[in-house]
Amino acid sequence: MHILYLIFVDPFVQMVHAPDLLMQTLWDGLVGGVLYALIALGFVLIFKASGVFNFAQGIMVVFAALTLVGLHEHGVPAFVALGLTILVMLVLAFGVERLMLRPLVNQSEIILFMATFGLTYFLIGFGQLVFGGNPKVMIADDLYLPSGAIEWKGHFGFVSLQKIDIAAVVIASIMVAVLAVFFQRTRIGRALRAVADSHQAALSVGISLEQIWVIVWFAAGVVALTTGIMWGARSEVSFSLQIIALKALPVLILGGFTSIPGAIVGGLIIGIGEKLGEFYWGPLLGGGIENWLAYVIALGFLIFRPQGLFGEKIIERI
Amino acid sequence: MRLSYIALGLAVATAAPLAAASAQAAELYIPLFTYRTGPYAGSGIPFSNGMDDYFTMLNERDGGVGGVRINAEECETGYDTKKGVECYDSTKGKHPIITTPFSTGITLQLIPKAAVDKVPILSMAYGLSASADGDQFPWVFNPPDTYWDGASAFIRHAANVEGGFDKLKGKTIGLVHLDAPYGKEPIPLLEALAKDYGFTLKLYPVPGAQMQNQTSLWLDIRRDRPDWIYLQGWGAMNPTAIKEAAKIGFPMNRLVGNWWAGNDDDPRPAGAESKGYLSLDINAVGTNFPAIQDILKYVVDKGKSQVTSKDKVGENFYDRGVLNAALIVEAIRTAQRLSGKKEVTGEDVRRGLENLNITAARWKEIGLENFATPVKLSCADHNGHNLISVVQWDGTKWQKTPETLEPIKDKVLPLIQSAAESYAKANTGWPKRTEACDKSS
Repeated sequence: MHILYLIFVDPFVQMVHAPDLLMQTLWDGLVGGVLYALIALGFVLIFKASGVFNFAQGIMVVFAALTLVGLHEHGVPAFVALGLTILVMLVLAFGVERLMLRPLVNQSEIILFMATFGLTYFLIGFGQLVFGGNPKVMIADDLYLPSGAIEWKGHFGFVSLQKIDIAAVVIASIMVAVLAVFFQRTRIGRALRAVADSHQAALSVGISLEQIWVIVWFAAGVVALTTGIMWGARSEVSFSLQIIALKALPVLILGGFTSIPGAIVGGLIIGIGEKLGEFYWGPLLGGGIENWLAYVIALGFLIFRPQGLFGEKIIERI
Repeated sequence: MRLSYIALGLAVATAAPLAAASAQAAELYIPLFTYRTGPYAGSGIPFSNGMDDYFTMLNERDGGVGGVRINAEECETGYDTKKGVECYDSTKGKHPIITTPFSTGITLQLIPKAAVDKVPILSMAYGLSASADGDQFPWVFNPPDTYWDGASAFIRHAANVEGGFDKLKGKTIGLVHLDAPYGKEPIPLLEALAKDYGFTLKLYPVPGAQMQNQTSLWLDIRRDRPDWIYLQGWGAMNPTAIKEAAKIGFPMNRLVGNWWAGNDDDPRPAGAESKGYLSLDINAVGTNFPAIQDILKYVVDKGKSQVTSKDKVGENFYDRGVLNAALIVEAIRTAQRLSGKKEVTGEDVRRGLENLNITAARWKEIGLENFATPVKLSCADHNGHNLISVVQWDGTKWQKTPETLEPIKDKVLPLIQSAAESYAKANTGWPKRTEACDKSS
């Protein structure tokens, strides 16, 4: 009986008694959710264009952030370094298209997927060779990202909003909106969807596969850079950041691999859900449940919508 | 004429391998299990640099130890236990004289192998706390302190600040730890002390995948309001924890890291907010030691070091690596003295470790005066349970505080003995000690 109380009653009693902690949890969940959505977006863009799950998205986050900080360490002013890093991500997109994707046109998806494994290990090795394995401090101040916190104190307790988190939410939201409009409403967006449906059909109507791939890999690179800056500012820039990218997996399962709105909604559900779960129900299981709770939430949704919340229902003839 | 050529050819053909073998033997082979890559590289790199540079300095300055050059060969583990065991297996054939796993997880895997392969393990201030018991673990050494010594020293520090051990009653003490063998190691000791002193122990495990995503955990801490937090983290976990602590307004002078949460790169990313953060320490920081000046002269200035800049020399974890290397070298010297041989084996070095006696005068002699506490080991005690210092981050670098902490030995030692006996019982066929004790130890 007591365990039922702890599961079904006590968490809600806590929410009422300490509304500041509830608000803080919701805010932290929202921030985490937006950042997860940003990571998931990088996966979605590439999946839409090539039908491949880009395993290298995580290391692209690290590589982009390391390039930015590494250039700055060599005396390049922050915003010039930012521009150069965007250029590096463009070069990477060209390189991936020329050296990896072009030779694999019309190969099965698993071949492309394995190629992204190769890209991951290449970027890990190349990154370590160029920048070393030492963690680096993100140049948040030089990029004029805010620091400090806004604190609300009152009879309900206090809620602390980190200014960097507010900036992360604003920047990520703008980026998600711009990309959503770009890929949903523009000619390139339509071309992208056509490529995703069928390489051969897209080619037959004059769509340049090469161009589309460069655009989406570049967009995924810019998303990776933004993610790297935001997560790096919250902690440090190191190779362990690539693990964070795996948090996008439940988001993708939930939102669907092909849906930009799915990435956003999925990110928010996972972000807020895992924080609430960890904070109110985690202590019952000894804590540290956040790691797997995201997958449980995603699987819960999958029971009712196997294609994800916004994923396309794929019917294949056998 | 032809015969003489053939004879000469045969002589060269047979002599060359012998000469090569002889040249190969005239060295002290020490595999260094390091991690310069992966999520834990931030902690691994400075430590590895310190070890490497000390050995290189001795080779350059003195021609090695007792005239025999050190061949310190790195093997990259990425702090991955599987890779660590692979490193061990791949270097075993080269006749290592000592193993330095540099990971508690790897140490745990190698402990049963040490007695079989006759290669002693030096897990300096890490690894299995119970292995301090030389009767049960004759091949494992973990000076100058175990994790249980560290955790007890932290409790002593908390008691000092609160006004006595009796004042700990009713307090809440949190352990924020990596959810791995290393992070879990102090739990049994803290649980025992919680019973004895009446405080509540709260555990906050951080899974490896969540190292840089600790928001929920620190929200838990905000709710639980512990009076003290002991941080047993590693790699990217530490800077994230310190940043999150600052974010929830947890007082920095009540957040105490163990000695592996005292890298310069741990509090640095949090900037001014990390000012006041405390860490236990087992070595001095800085370059103001003749041996480290020699490292700069013989190694760094000559471009033989892997440090990215000269100011990395003297950072806390760099000096920790120097300490680890100095302990190995002193064990080798002792082994050379005891065995009368210059080219010592793993068995000789085990004896050397068991007879290790680095007094304050000896630290001075080797150019490291006041660098670390005197270390004296024996057959029964493979640790020493020495004094532990406390350093505080001033916003840019570590500053030594006047406080030195003695481990709570009357609690730690019985626990070590019973844990060592339990380990031996749990591992069926664990060999009884047959290694003889030297009179001096």
